[in-house]
Amino acid sequence: MLNLGVALPEIFMAVASLALLMLGVFTGKDRSFRTVSWAAVGAMVIAVILVITGDNGSAFSGQFLADPFARFCKVLILTGSALGVIMSMKFAERERMARFEFPILLMLATVGMMAMVSASDMLSLYVGLELQSLALYVVAAIRRDTVRATESGLKYFVLGSIASGMLLYGMSMVYGFTGSTNFNVISDAVSNGGLSVGTLVGLAFIFAGLCFKVSAAPFHMWTPDVYEGAPTPVTAFFAVAPKVAGLALFVRVALGPFAHVVADWQQIIVLVSILSMVWGSFAALRQNNIKRLMAYSSIGHVGFALVGLAAGTEAGVQAVLVYLGIYLVMNIGTFAVILSMRRHDRMVEEIADLSGLSRTKPLMAAATALLMFSMAGIPPLAGFFGKFYVFKAAVDSGLITLAVIGLVTSVVSAYYYLRVIKVMYFDEPVEGFDRNGTELNVIMAVATIIIMVFVFFPNPLTDSAAAAASSLFGH
Amino acid sequence: MVVQALAFYLFAIIAVISAAMVVTVRNPVHSVLFLILTFFNAAGLFVLLGAEFLAMLLVVVYVGAIAVLFMFVVMMLDINFVEMREGFLSYLPIGVLVAAVLFVELAFVGGGWVMTDAKMAAIAQPVPVGVNNVNAIGMLLYTDYAYIFQAAGLVLLTAMIGAIVLTLRHREGVRRQNISQQVQRQRAETLEIKKVPVGRGI
Repeated sequence: MLNLGVALPEIFMAVASLALLMLGVFTGKDRSFRTVSWAAVGAMVIAVILVITGDNGSAFSGQFLADPFARFCKVLILTGSALGVIMSMKFAERERMARFEFPILLMLATVGMMAMVSASDMLSLYVGLELQSLALYVVAAIRRDTVRATESGLKYFVLGSIASGMLLYGMSMVYGFTGSTNFNVISDAVSNGGLSVGTLVGLAFIFAGLCFKVSAAPFHMWTPDVYEGAPTPVTAFFAVAPKVAGLALFVRVALGPFAHVVADWQQIIVLVSILSMVWGSFAALRQNNIKRLMAYSSIGHVGFALVGLAAGTEAGVQAVLVYLGIYLVMNIGTFAVILSMRRHDRMVEEIADLSGLSRTKPLMAAATALLMFSMAGIPPLAGFFGKFYVFKAAVDSGLITLAVIGLVTSVVSAYYYLRVIKVMYFDEPVEGFDRNGTELNVIMAVATIIIMVFVFFPNPLTDSAAAAASSLFGH
Repeated sequence: MVVQALAFYLFAIIAVISAAMVVTVRNPVHSVLFLILTFFNAAGLFVLLGAEFLAMLLVVVYVGAIAVLFMFVVMMLDINFVEMREGFLSYLPIGVLVAAVLFVELAFVGGGWVMTDAKMAAIAQPVPVGVNNVNAIGMLLYTDYAYIFQAAGLVLLTAMIGAIVLTLRHREGVRRQNISQQVQRQRAETLEIKKVPVGRGI
């Protein structure tokens, strides 16, 4: 049955991106950059409203599924994307990358991410993932005249294609051994006939491909280089929306078609999670570039989020979703700080450039310090609760070793977050940064306030995450 | 039946051999030609399967467009293929190792393959009865898989935008045709008549 209503947000976003593309083309060159950008933000806001007010249900002969889980993730993705577009506008104009295609590519990537989290068929999963990835490869290299950006785009493209290849190979295995690409049919086949060797191999390949997409160790090699080389607002975008979409997709695949064989994939997730947490915290210790630091930090965060998935329970999924929500807020705030690191009209990216920020810009330093404390997971900030929920879920399902390793790496990672704070508060001040744009200050302030007051008002996030998680276990 | 079996083996053997030649011959132009041969044989296999529309598509799209494009790329770009193959031997052991591991894995997978009746029923029927090729593909593409089809269209659009964003450069000083302007040109705009006094120059 063609049930178009449930896919309304995606259809709206796709049509809006086409309309804006026409607007950009016919108003000529890149004068329309600002108009198109704000229109893209407006479209994303409307899409959020459509998602919230939309119906649950499945469409397109079972290839598309809008359930509370998908809708929760779509709200996070759209929020992240919209903020990413807003943060990139000033930067793009100053760095001469203000091309109207940029917001349109981000919109198309967002459509891909929405399709990913709504996928209930291997084919729709793959097409959504490719739509997202292809748009991201291009925006990584959008400053085509700088060597670092093109290098990062190329690297991302080549390694991403290999990951897509692995994913497809795994899918073909699963299709061959279960006879369908539909998640429900696969799930039935697996629960009735047990997990055959072929399906298991397919499962391993699919997980490897997904690990690459969310940059979990040992498939993380591209992350630091791409984060460092891509223009900063693009990095900010990479660190937020695609991570949320990738992890949501991971949860969807693990607990959709393979929900009955948790014991078989749990060990893979546990291993990947431990490697990511350990590598994310130890490799970050000797980074001096703040974008590279954020890359390793994101690898570590993916590890923590996967702890919740490893639990394989409803509480675990809820913990992952809460973690993603908090991660989104913290990262948006931190990247607003990184985007304000300009001196004499040039971007600076070293941690040492933050020296003495407490004296040159006390408010920004305070916000950064709070964000870093939250990333490190120090109570009563929001980051603590994110970690608390995932570790609690892991302990409840008996993964005590995993939780302990998580705690230890969390302490190690606290070192490099605290180092940033130390540099800001105790090092000799260097020259102050240029004045910020209003939008960066607002985003920074709002993100900081959210992570501070989360302890008093956790319910909006935790309740909707609980509803989303239960929908995954409902059937 | 015998003819069909013979045809199958003929197409299959030539396809495999020419596919192997694609990656082993030294001259890149020859390798594209072998690729075309592979496509033709694969098209023959499709015909044997009763998928004549796919066979035609394969020839039209792959031979007619893609292989010709490859040929252009090979001939126009100045790529030193000999240099690209350097280091082939030094990577060979690792490559063989990875291939061997994958092969053993595949053997295990193949060994574990049990076809039960339920699985046979689950596999979609490749040839629906009483529907011709074009209809069947049309039903799949535009009805059952309309969503995937549209999304794939978006992927292609993204690829197009990406190619334009990353490569198109507006060069200064390019003379473009503007027919109406060219036609409406007056003599006064192009010719300037100077009176040159005798013996003094301009």
